Amino acid sequence: MAEEHYLELSENPVQFEHASSVNNVFFDEANKQVFAVRSGGATGVVVKGPDDKCSVAFRMDDKGEVKCIKFSIGNKILAVQRTLKSVVFPDKRSLKLLKSQSINVNWYQYCPETAVILLSTTVQGNVLQPFAFRNGTMTKMSKFEIELPVIPKPAKLSLSERDIAMATIYGQLYVMYLKHHSRTVNSPGAEVVLYHLPRDGTCKKSHVLKLNMTGKFALNIVDNLVVVHHQSSQVSGSEPEPGPFSGPAAVPTQPPVPCQLYSSSWSVFQPDIIISASEGYLWYLQVKLPPTVHLLQDKGKLMDFLLRRRDCKMVILSVCSQSQEKASLPVVATVFDKLNQVYKEYLEAEQSYAAATESGTSRGGAAQKRPVRTQAVIDQSDMYTHVLSSFTERKDVTHKFIIAVVMEYIRSLNQYQITVQHYLYELVIKTLVQNNLFYMLHQFLQYHVLSDSKPLACLLLSLESTYPPAHQLSLDMLKVGPEPDRVGRYSHAVNRSSREAPLNCHLGNTTEKIAIPDDFNKVSRTLR
Amino acid sequence: MASGAQEKQYTPSLLSFFIYNPTFGPREGEEEKKILFYHPSEVEKNEKIRNVGLCEAIVQFTRTFCPTKPAKSLHTQKNRQFFFEPEEHFWIVMVVRNPMIEKPNKDGKPPAIEYQEEEILDTVYGAVVRQCYSMYKLFNGTFGRAMEAGGVELLIQKLEKFFYRYLQTLHLQSCDLLDVFGGISFFPLDKMTYLKIQSFVNRVEESLSLIKYTAFLYNDQLIWSGLEQDDMRILYKYLTTSLFPRHSEPELAGRDSPLRPEVTGNLLHYGRFLTGPTNLKDPEAKFRFPKIFVSAEEGYEELHLIVYKAMSAAACFMISATVELTREFCEQLDSLVGPQLTLLASDICEQFTINRRISGPEKEPQFKFIYFNHMNLAEKSTIHMRKTASVCLTSVHPDLMKILGDINCDFARFDEDEEIIVKAMTDYWVVGKKSDQRELYVILNQKNANLILVNEEVKRLCATQFNNIFFLD
Repeated sequence: MAEEHYLELSENPVQFEHASSVNNVFFDEANKQVFAVRSGGATGVVVKGPDDKCSVAFRMDDKGEVKCIKFSIGNKILAVQRTLKSVVFPDKRSLKLLKSQSINVNWYQYCPETAVILLSTTVQGNVLQPFAFRNGTMTKMSKFEIELPVIPKPAKLSLSERDIAMATIYGQLYVMYLKHHSRTVNSPGAEVVLYHLPRDGTCKKSHVLKLNMTGKFALNIVDNLVVVHHQSSQVSGSEPEPGPFSGPAAVPTQPPVPCQLYSSSWSVFQPDIIISASEGYLWYLQVKLPPTVHLLQDKGKLMDFLLRRRDCKMVILSVCSQSQEKASLPVVATVFDKLNQVYKEYLEAEQSYAAATESGTSRGGAAQKRPVRTQAVIDQSDMYTHVLSSFTERKDVTHKFIIAVVMEYIRSLNQYQITVQHYLYELVIKTLVQNNLFYMLHQFLQYHVLSDSKPLACLLLSLESTYPPAHQLSLDMLKVGPEPDRVGRYSHAVNRSSREAPLNCHLGNTTEKIAIPDDFNKVSRTLR
Repeated sequence: MASGAQEKQYTPSLLSFFIYNPTFGPREGEEEKKILFYHPSEVEKNEKIRNVGLCEAIVQFTRTFCPTKPAKSLHTQKNRQFFFEPEEHFWIVMVVRNPMIEKPNKDGKPPAIEYQEEEILDTVYGAVVRQCYSMYKLFNGTFGRAMEAGGVELLIQKLEKFFYRYLQTLHLQSCDLLDVFGGISFFPLDKMTYLKIQSFVNRVEESLSLIKYTAFLYNDQLIWSGLEQDDMRILYKYLTTSLFPRHSEPELAGRDSPLRPEVTGNLLHYGRFLTGPTNLKDPEAKFRFPKIFVSAEEGYEELHLIVYKAMSAAACFMISATVELTREFCEQLDSLVGPQLTLLASDICEQFTINRRISGPEKEPQFKFIYFNHMNLAEKSTIHMRKTASVCLTSVHPDLMKILGDINCDFARFDEDEEIIVKAMTDYWVVGKKSDQRELYVILNQKNANLILVNEEVKRLCATQFNNIFFLD
């Protein structure tokens, strides 16, 4: 019931005075500000932005009904429109015409994130002409045509601005079209058609999301997911991009303040804003990731989905934990591979950034930006802390399976040429020792599956009393290490009597104390 | 040119092999009951009793001097007898005729025979006897188990059935140091491919939960063993000297040869069963898997041995013998393992070729050496060539092999690390090195070499061929 929904309204909506006979409410999509204008401004204008701290209040003369009111960035300049053809600026400033374009326009839409305006042209209204605003210039982009379900004869306006929404998905601009089909037996129901609008080049239809229902819809984009609200059934579903995927319906949670869900007074704004003017609330639509885990049975596809979401780390890690309980090794392997692919990409980006800054050169004159580490980058420390260390302690899983899972992770890291951290090897050794699988341990070491290192060599030495071959293996490992000539002296200096104390490794003239983790001492003590 | 009469060298050969238990016929007139197996069987009954009695007496007698360690062998001029007590009161005795040289005599007298007593080593043939028992035990379990299951009659039956065939495969003339070691040759592999094989084994064991243990081999060399060392050691010997050679000849046969194995008709993979069903398509065909005994927490457990091969890769799957293996199970295994194993086999082959190309000709064995590690039973020999059931060719004079054996005996006497350098005949030098649990034997052939030079050469060898192994200098 309540726990299954994965979309919710933000906990603390922006509250403003609701629309009434004396109060008009306006919303500026660019700055995401709500203007509550009382009595035309005479008794006060309250402006609330995304953070309540930005609340601004002022008065202005009532010079007639306000049609539209906006602030510039930083609330420096106020613009008020009272008539159809004029805009007033209370402060005296100079205005300069930069560019003008003459086109027959039915309606327009503006996307503030990308600074692109979309104009509906032609009689039918389905030929859209975009313009991009950049650095004080206005550039004409290539126009494109929206496919209408029915070509009206005679031609009339068939595309309204309510059917179109612009959104940024994965950093790319898309134009979403809500295509309604007439209700017939064969009708597929409504569809959302996505047109990809690249900076340069032509606009192309890229995806079609089938909704299998008809009626009134509204669109939002949250965390790169296309959310479709269906009013009559009071549900919302989501489709992530790219790759169509049927997200089942979900009901948003009860917000902390009383309000009517899906009321007809709700207005939806891009990308993720829902406003109820009649009640005075502005909500941000949010995704709750944990319930989405049940949407996809195929863990591979689930990982693909989660890796694209913003706050995915803990959910991914919990999926890993769960899948190791029940899933089979191939599934576990696939999950690890997907995660390590993302991890590897991040490591490579970091590496090339480090190399570029070190050498002082930058490619093509543009300074390289430090790669951002998203939550989707799950590194070995994450996996060890949240998944593997507790997994290896489980009593309800066979030790064979535990080792198989850890080895699968090591295999995956090797496949992506990621250096395996020594604590993972220690985990393997610990599990093998605890289950008396010494012959297995020996074979892993023989084939250098557990890479040689000094800490590992000393760990092996601590096992000597329970497993004599460990002595030989550790000497081999030290020989391969950085101070091979000292090994001779080392082998004679090993203090065989005290296993409890930290091992003193005499290497050459120096004595290094290498602390053996508690687990090991515990283990070797119990096995003696 | 002499009249054609030349020295004839006779290699050691098996004179007799018998198994007895003195407690089965302790009283007078009951001696025959002690004998559980005797080869050659056509020997007259009284002679058998006499020979057994002699061994029994010798063992008893020597026990007075050393109760804990009875006699191991008896040296006489013409032959040598080896005694081995694998289980309490059960004795295995092998009598080997010493190598000899028949020198033609002038004047028409019968040729003089010179017995070369010192040429055969106790350690070598003692190891052979032990191996006979291990092999029997692998397929039949202990003597005690047979006794429990069906008394003396069953034991006699089993011994007869097994040793009659097995003794025919013994080639005592080619036994040497490697028999003392009873080691396993491991296939060199890079980490990534090794992990892939691990992954494969784990997944198969997960899908087919009946499988208890798996072993993975490539090209007659071991890569992974899920069995304990001692069990794997004898299984490995069986696979490499008996099972694989039996099946490789048909593989090498021409396309139209009648020897060519039945193609299962499955073009998706090259996997096939080496034990069990030879033709999965025939529903009528009966099949069975050989059963083996391996050590378990409480004594022994009996397992079906499934050996499945694709190209040069072989996987052994061991399943508890209490389970009945059906045709459906075999088909399931075939469809699951076949494609994966085929893929793995070609991966391994590719990696191996790449590695060979990288390491280049420098690693080509210019040195003749034998290496053995007691810890993991890993052995490597550049002296021995193609190993089959029938013959194990060595590229080295048997006299030199004897020197190696002598050095090994010396090593066995003490625990400490040692190095022994021997100047052999002509320009041969033999170096034996023992460090920790490892033994290395190198044979060098250098004109005008001396101790220092030889020492340097061996050091060089250790640095190049064994650079990741720690040898105390």
